[in-house]
Amino acid sequence: MARELRGVEIVDTYAEAFDMRVSRVIITAATEGWARTAAVSMTGFATSVIGCKVEAGIEAMLPASDTPDGRPGASVLVFAFNAEGLGSRLVERVGQTVLTCATTACFDGLPDVSERVQVGGVLRHFGDKLQSSKFLDGRRYWRVPVMEGEFLVEESFGTQPAIGGGNLLILARDQSAALTAAEAAVAAMRQVRGIILPFPGGIVRAGSKVGAKRYKSMTASTNEAYCPTVRGRVGIASELPATVNSVLEIVIDGVDRAAMEEAMRVGLDAACRPDVVQITAGNYGGKLGTHLFRLHDLL
Amino acid sequence: MITLTLKELPSVPLEAEVLSPDVTAGLSNDAIRALPVYLGKRQRRIDDFFDVDGSSSDQITIQGDAARVKWIGRAMTRGHIRITGNTGMHLGAYMSGGTIEVSGNGADWVGAEMSGGLIRIDGNAGGQIGAAYRGSSTGMRDGTILIGGSAGLEVGMRMKRGVIAIGGPVRDFAGLQMKGGTIILASGAELRTGAWMMRGTIISLRPLPLMPTFAYAATYLPDVLRIYAAYLRGLGFTLPFDQQQGAYQRYTGDTSVPGKGEILIWNPRGA
Repeated sequence: MARELRGVEIVDTYAEAFDMRVSRVIITAATEGWARTAAVSMTGFATSVIGCKVEAGIEAMLPASDTPDGRPGASVLVFAFNAEGLGSRLVERVGQTVLTCATTACFDGLPDVSERVQVGGVLRHFGDKLQSSKFLDGRRYWRVPVMEGEFLVEESFGTQPAIGGGNLLILARDQSAALTAAEAAVAAMRQVRGIILPFPGGIVRAGSKVGAKRYKSMTASTNEAYCPTVRGRVGIASELPATVNSVLEIVIDGVDRAAMEEAMRVGLDAACRPDVVQITAGNYGGKLGTHLFRLHDLL
Repeated sequence: MITLTLKELPSVPLEAEVLSPDVTAGLSNDAIRALPVYLGKRQRRIDDFFDVDGSSSDQITIQGDAARVKWIGRAMTRGHIRITGNTGMHLGAYMSGGTIEVSGNGADWVGAEMSGGLIRIDGNAGGQIGAAYRGSSTGMRDGTILIGGSAGLEVGMRMKRGVIAIGGPVRDFAGLQMKGGTIILASGAELRTGAWMMRGTIISLRPLPLMPTFAYAATYLPDVLRIYAAYLRGLGFTLPFDQQQGAYQRYTGDTSVPGKGEILIWNPRGA
């Protein structure tokens, strides 16, 4: 049974999310600007694990008082399907985007987690045997000599179970209304710690379905049930009400269920704006994902 | 908490390695009173030298001048020992956990070959702090030792990991044959600092007479010292780290070994 929030229909359905692994990377730098620069570089091209092998985003910018070395920083969450893949991606991304970025240092944001992946322990080889390490309070740090001075990176990073692929679908009368609602939802959701919105600006306009009906080699293709421009074509089972002409999606990855639920709750609330017709969520009938988030439970 | 009050200064050193939370925790006061100690070659009882009060605990307070009581906290793994007064040699040797605090002075071999835990001495200490015993290849393996006052010879000899921070002046051969870890000399040291060091870091906040086998590398602020500064700040020890105040001169060596160690000397701005 549908329910309404400020005139917006909340469909009685659920978002279907999947098991993933997450690591938290703390990047610090001489200024907040350089920390942000490194974090933005590190989280680039990390929208979907299907195409990018990893999903990543900036969880929060950190004041100097909240970082290991007392400098301004950024907390980055990186998600992958397994620890091995996550470790490889971290080495690639930290190596190419943080090691190279002026003034940065890189720390594990999950130091109490027992399962570890090697990051600094691999990147140290860039030092060509001129690197050195320090071991303090149970944590090992590598000092890699670089032209600027030294790059400091923690040897290993914690990785823990997480949830990926939570989502909200915002169905609106026009593109402008959908975008305004999605932007409001993103602004609210980014206040929640423990989650990221990996797509550009936190918003996806090209939601996908698994595989393709017409190209067998495709692993994912457009979600035509929510594409307004193909409504009415033969063979298209549209899910869109007649008044809906634009749909935007917000995909959420979280470190745990509580963070996901809180993000979806505030996002759903913020997205209920004028000219939004319906808010729903994507799922696969509960057959693929192990984490179901019922929208009505979030109201 | 268990309180042991020394009745009088022993005439010769008293070996009392039973003064450890691992030994006393769970024992009744009568059982603690009966624990063996060695005065020279003679086995005696704890209550021959100490009054024992309090209740069963892994917190021990030792009151009185224990300057001739050796091996307090030997190989302890947990708990807390507070000594209000002085302490004898080998304090916390081989310890792997817990905390020892001394309000007076320590002696030689504080934290020798320790592998974890914290030792804090407000006064002066002797030589061979965190060092390897003679014939042993490796000294301190982890943990932290803070000395408020001065220290003697061969501080951190052959240490591999851990932190030793000393507020007062230190004598010769600090960091001798050092293999790793960090020694902080707030008031500098005398001669041959870092001799034969292979790895590790010696930080001096005062100018040092360096051996010619150390080569100047650069003047900078190592990011890793921010981590150490934060760690030591929590223990009440200040490690300067502000670009406005100065920078560290890095020297590498000891090239006679040849070693990959470093000596960082604080160079205040305008000095």
